[in-house]
Amino acid sequence: MIKFQEIKKSFLVSLWFMFLTFPIMVIRVNPIEKIVEWRWKNMIIVGIGSFLLSFVWRYMLKKREAGEKRAETWESGKTSFMQRILEERRFYIPLVTGLTIIAVAFPFIFSMYQTSIMTTALMYIVLGLGLNIVVGLAGLLDLGYVAFYAVGAYSYALLNHHFGLGFWSALPIGAVLGFIFGILLGFPVLRLRGDYLAIVTLGFGEIIRLVLKNWNEFSFGPSGIANIDRPGFFGIQFSLQAATIYLYFLMIGLVIFTIIVVNRLQNSRIGRAWIALREDETACQAMGIDKTRTKLRAFALGATWAGMVGVIFAAKTTFINPASFTFLESAMILSIVVLGGMGSISGVIIGALILILLPEYLRAFSDYRVLIFGAIMVIMMVFRPQGIISNIRRTYKFNE
Amino acid sequence: MNTILEVKNLTMDFGGLRALDHLDLNVVEGEITAIIGPNGAGKTTFFNCITGIYNPNEGEILSSPPGKKRKKINGLKPNHVTKKGIARTFQNIRLFSNMTVLENVMIGRHCRTSSGIIGAILRGRSTIKEEKDVVDFSYNILKKTGISHLVNEFAKNLPYGAQRRLEIARAIATEPFLLLLDEPAAGMNPRETRELDELITRLRDEDNISILMIEHDMKLVMSLSDRIFVVDYGRKIAQGTPCDIINNPIVIKAYLGEDFDA
Amino acid sequence: MEYFLELVLGGLTRGSIYALIALGYTMVYGIIELINFAHGEIYMIGAFTALIFTSVLTLLGFNEIAVIVLASLLAVIYSSAYGYTVEKIVYKPLRHAPRLSPLISAIGMSIFLQNYVLLAQTSDFLPFPNLIPEFEFIKPYRYIISSPEIVILITTSTVMILLTFLIKFTRIGKAMRATAQDMNMAMLVGVNVNRVISITFVIGSALAALGGVLIASHVGQINFYIGFIAGIKAFTAAVLGGIGSIPGAVLGALILGLTESFATGYVSSDYEDVFAFGLLVLILIFRPAGILGRVTTKKV
Repeated sequence: MIKFQEIKKSFLVSLWFMFLTFPIMVIRVNPIEKIVEWRWKNMIIVGIGSFLLSFVWRYMLKKREAGEKRAETWESGKTSFMQRILEERRFYIPLVTGLTIIAVAFPFIFSMYQTSIMTTALMYIVLGLGLNIVVGLAGLLDLGYVAFYAVGAYSYALLNHHFGLGFWSALPIGAVLGFIFGILLGFPVLRLRGDYLAIVTLGFGEIIRLVLKNWNEFSFGPSGIANIDRPGFFGIQFSLQAATIYLYFLMIGLVIFTIIVVNRLQNSRIGRAWIALREDETACQAMGIDKTRTKLRAFALGATWAGMVGVIFAAKTTFINPASFTFLESAMILSIVVLGGMGSISGVIIGALILILLPEYLRAFSDYRVLIFGAIMVIMMVFRPQGIISNIRRTYKFNE
Repeated sequence: MNTILEVKNLTMDFGGLRALDHLDLNVVEGEITAIIGPNGAGKTTFFNCITGIYNPNEGEILSSPPGKKRKKINGLKPNHVTKKGIARTFQNIRLFSNMTVLENVMIGRHCRTSSGIIGAILRGRSTIKEEKDVVDFSYNILKKTGISHLVNEFAKNLPYGAQRRLEIARAIATEPFLLLLDEPAAGMNPRETRELDELITRLRDEDNISILMIEHDMKLVMSLSDRIFVVDYGRKIAQGTPCDIINNPIVIKAYLGEDFDA
Repeated sequence: MEYFLELVLGGLTRGSIYALIALGYTMVYGIIELINFAHGEIYMIGAFTALIFTSVLTLLGFNEIAVIVLASLLAVIYSSAYGYTVEKIVYKPLRHAPRLSPLISAIGMSIFLQNYVLLAQTSDFLPFPNLIPEFEFIKPYRYIISSPEIVILITTSTVMILLTFLIKFTRIGKAMRATAQDMNMAMLVGVNVNRVISITFVIGSALAALGGVLIASHVGQINFYIGFIAGIKAFTAAVLGGIGSIPGAVLGALILGLTESFATGYVSSDYEDVFAFGLLVLILIFRPAGILGRVTTKKV
């Protein structure tokens, strides 16, 4: 039974939101033609929507509080469903085999268009995993991640345009440039507190984009660079169709490589230091860990991956301009990480697939795409900060 | 008698407040040295200056590890001080609470190991060996400190006394020649305190670690220490053996007061 | 010389508007030690609300003065309401969470609000009516200073004096200062901390809305994206002055306004926004405590 009190509360919330959204949702003005459009229907939608949502909100808050209490009294030790799948061989092996078959067969079953979309999703998986090193493992909020992506993309585009450099030579160059930019930016700002770091990286992302937009002699300004070569194979150039499939498999390879790398980093001396640093910086320093250097490693490593995917992006679209590298892009990658679960590899993969594929196939979703990115960040942080697949870190167990 | 830590004329100001006032102090190799004094006397500030968390306004801190040259260490970053062989524990326990006991100690090994990003990615033979050594070394330290039965527990789930022990375990994992303990017995019951007494003595006798500790438990201080420094208002007001201190009228007046009058 | 004067006054005008927005950042930071990433959006919503009500009220046949006063008032009310709601959704449930959580949720809220306005209104730039009439007495000096600039300077300085008064001498001001000093202690002596935080958000939002109305009518056009750049610039101003310090925010904002004015006037206007970002990065690297901020030693 829902109590009368609860209904009254929700009713008040609903009234409040009808009031709050009144000017923006209901009235639309056209100042040039002096027309005012009244959309009362929206007010009803907001009223009913917020009435219902406020029940859900309160229910979830209560559930969260109960969960927090349980976590305090109940010791950890319960393994989650995901963890069981990943640890028990009888689940694990069929799962991996199934995924491999799907991944290999995909481009031959589906159209070129689908394959191309899948390639994009794979790129975002790698970007997500790269940002995950910075945000999820080291706990540094980087809002300018797209800057390193742009560095990679422009380094291939420019090298290709001026010197005809091929994709395979540009890939390591993009990665190295990403790394160098990561160090250059990271070195001065990583001493700062977390929220300052967030805003400086945000500013830096914008500076890079503005420079690319305004420095015509260097970057060809807003019109961008066209006719970038697709990746070849020892000098062989492919047809459009073959190139699409080629890129798809290249991305599959990169995803696997990235998973291995992130997984190994997580369970290494450096990975341990990142986790400890997230817990207590002062204690870490007293244990002899160089705070700045350890953070810098995560930051530069994330940047390296962004640089690499940037090169692939330029090769895939064959055309780039500064408009591809806005803050929105950073926000999207961040919401992939937040949705999937900070620090969780499988979470980031699922997060990327949901956020990239859903808007492609559901038109209704695509109009509200960015709105939903924002909402996801808020909702996940409030109700499930560990993401849809919480990262249950493999801890070191000592067996004699 | 080798002096391994020499502090000369140390002064530290916070705004207008002088927390340490021209403090001099020496630690001798193989000894347990205690610093006592009322709350707010500047004892923890003193530790923070030695370990590089604060940069003192005046004075010198010289460290001479056994068999090595004397070096000035004030102004160094905390991680460098640790690397030079001076480790510490914290008064308000600062464990990595969401890591296991073993992992907490493994973090202490960080500065004595070297594998980097490339090593982690390639996971070659040397990296695997280093990891194994770290685990073994850490486990041995847990055995020594008497908490090896808790090895796979999360630090946050440990009872209070064990948390204090883990702080010590984590600090000695960095292989210090000098260990700074900030109120190691705070909040312990008499039995735990007795065990701590034994542990500290063992660390000195078996592992050759000299100890500098801040402690309020007078029984522990008197039974353990070879030398005591009394600090009040950031100044050293007395120094000597436990016997000297207990009979020193200045100390009785300034600090021990009522407790020891009777 | 006249060009120089024009740049100075232009810079002061700009700066005083940044100050209105920067105050919101600095006040919120002073209390909960977090950057309110959604603050720029509150300012944008203030500008939009003002635009919408100006058009509606004009069509309903109100006279000019009534339109100005009512539209500005509604903008302030609505922005305050938005600020209040944002705090309740984004910050209140996360008061004891790790720092990263409220940071991410506030960025999410900022993205959400931008797109909410984009979808419910338009992505185009909308012309914003010039609300401020041309004064007769200013005519001879028109090439140095315009009427809107005078109005902006007078309004902002009045508001800042009122704010100082509020914080220094009223009960709620005292409660705010107490909470900023030590939240737990304030709670123990009976300050309703949740209320203080709410009021801080409301005041900050109201100031931002005022800034929104003034700048929109000065610049003459708005869209859903104006909050992003304005937010970063105001934040720069707050950090420049020393975040948490109210006079610092004003000083920082004026310096930033003048810097931008001279940089665009004498160097180039292509990189207008780069100057602000560059300045931000430089301060954070060399003096993160800002001009008036105190360098504090962290207690361990």
